Amino acid sequence: MSETGNIIELKDVYKSFGAQQVLKGLNLGIPRGQTTVIIGRSGGGKSVMLKHMIGLIKPNQGEVLVDGINIVRMSDHQLNGVRRRFGMLFQEAALFDSMNVQDNVAFPLREHTKLPERQVLNLVSEKLGMVGLPGVEHKMPSELSGGMRKRVGLARAIALEPEIILYDEPTTGLDPPLSAAINRLIAETQQKLGVTSVVISHDIEGAFLVGQNIAMLYQGKIIAQGSPQEIRDSSDEVVQQFIHGRAEGPIEVI
Amino acid sequence: MGWLRPMEMVGGKFLHWLEEAGELLLLFLQSVLWMMRPPFRLQLLFKQMEFVGVGSLGVTILTGAFTGGVFALQSYHGFSLFGAESLVGSTVALALTRELGPVLTSLMVTGRAGSAMAAELGTMRVTEQIDALYVMAVNPVQYLVVPRILASVAMLPVLTIIADFVGIVGAYVVGVGLLGINHGIFISKIIEYMDFSDISMGLVKAAFFGLILSLVGCFKGFYTSGGAEGVGRATTRAVVLGSVLILASDYVLTAMMF
Ligand SMILES: Nc1ncnc2c1ncn2[C@@H]1O[C@H](COP(=O)(O)OP(=O)(O)OP(=O)(O)O)[C@@H](O)[C@H]1O
Ligand SMILES: [Mg+2]
Repeated sequence: MSETGNIIELKDVYKSFGAQQVLKGLNLGIPRGQTTVIIGRSGGGKSVMLKHMIGLIKPNQGEVLVDGINIVRMSDHQLNGVRRRFGMLFQEAALFDSMNVQDNVAFPLREHTKLPERQVLNLVSEKLGMVGLPGVEHKMPSELSGGMRKRVGLARAIALEPEIILYDEPTTGLDPPLSAAINRLIAETQQKLGVTSVVISHDIEGAFLVGQNIAMLYQGKIIAQGSPQEIRDSSDEVVQQFIHGRAEGPIEVI
Repeated sequence: MGWLRPMEMVGGKFLHWLEEAGELLLLFLQSVLWMMRPPFRLQLLFKQMEFVGVGSLGVTILTGAFTGGVFALQSYHGFSLFGAESLVGSTVALALTRELGPVLTSLMVTGRAGSAMAAELGTMRVTEQIDALYVMAVNPVQYLVVPRILASVAMLPVLTIIADFVGIVGAYVVGVGLLGINHGIFISKIIEYMDFSDISMGLVKAAFFGLILSLVGCFKGFYTSGGAEGVGRATTRAVVLGSVLILASDYVLTAMMF
């Protein structure tokens, strides 16, 4: 257990791809049992940051702690133990395109539980129902719309009811009522199961609704973190410009 | 220092080549490691065996039959110059079992299955499906690479046996059926000159080529970057590198074994 109550901590993380510096000394703590929403510019490195938390991308410098243990130098075999506690929704869903929806959602259940097949299929239907997609079990991912794929990815991410769920833009590309429903699902999952959630979102209203904790990533660092109220009241002009969606201000848009 | 440029280019190419060889070896070692760790994914293995083995049957039979036939035709013309037509059968049989069977079969399977491995894994890489496997605590080397390598190592010798057999039948049809070589002589010379070791060494080669084509196909796919174009590039390179390595290692293996 980490003393600070943070289940995940990024400490002084630097990451570049070739000459492009994406993360420049980023510090962020994810409080246990809460929903943290990450906001920030498109292309700012939010997805890259999220992938650091689960060891998909290794930093050039800095530490990534999960329950106080540094995962940066772990082998894939050791990481498997850590990753079993996570679920992740990818920005582009990353469904297995050679499997139908049912097998996609059942994949983590079949890999990591010994549940009988009938129960696996029941759980799959239940999760698909939760994301508003009953009865699509036998469709292939290529037959789904982008928003449907994302929701199947969401069902797959929560299938094992993991302790920590990482959502990369769960509501982008969904219609407004559906976005609201998915936001509610994220909030309910957090309340019912006490999971820790990290949500990347461009939907500011939704972010303030589901997040107990908001962090803003800007120029490779977390420039503000706090409760929705604290972020709204922030005196930082970058934060203000961003959450109010203004074209004028310190953020150079074009 | 313009005169240094060509040397820099050669040196750079060499370093790049060395790096790639190192990465290929690393993937091989990882595969061996993950091969020995449970779970053992038999269902995936059987699926790949079907794809590599059953799927390549047609092209293997065609290759074997025509190679055997053409070889009989060519060697008949040569041998008839000094009245040695009786040796056509044994010459074709030896060349097929020791050399042409394993090499041509492996080259055909590289084009068919090695390329498909690169394309499939490459697509999975660029659409983050490989990352999704990592995230779900399933090692992609174990899940994707190991079954493909095992299936290829197991199936290439089987395909080679078939190619050998069909090739000899092809040579028989051309030699005995069309060119009028005596049936008894054709068969007896094969039996006289061919050892079991000719066949078995050929099969050892085939298994090794199976390792090469699957390892290279998976390697190129696994480390694909750059979208659809990257997948195309990976596929082409898997076939080129796989074929070159098969031909080069064939020389080494032959020198060592015979
Ligand atoms: N694998 C990679 N190789 C090279 N560059 C990368 C890679 N992944 C991300 N980048 C670069 O890192 C930067 C940040 O990318 P990232 O995907 O994290 O942005 P993001 O904040 O998630 O944006 P969006 O909101 O549009 O999804 C981008 O400029 C991207 O080009
Ligand atoms: Mg992103």
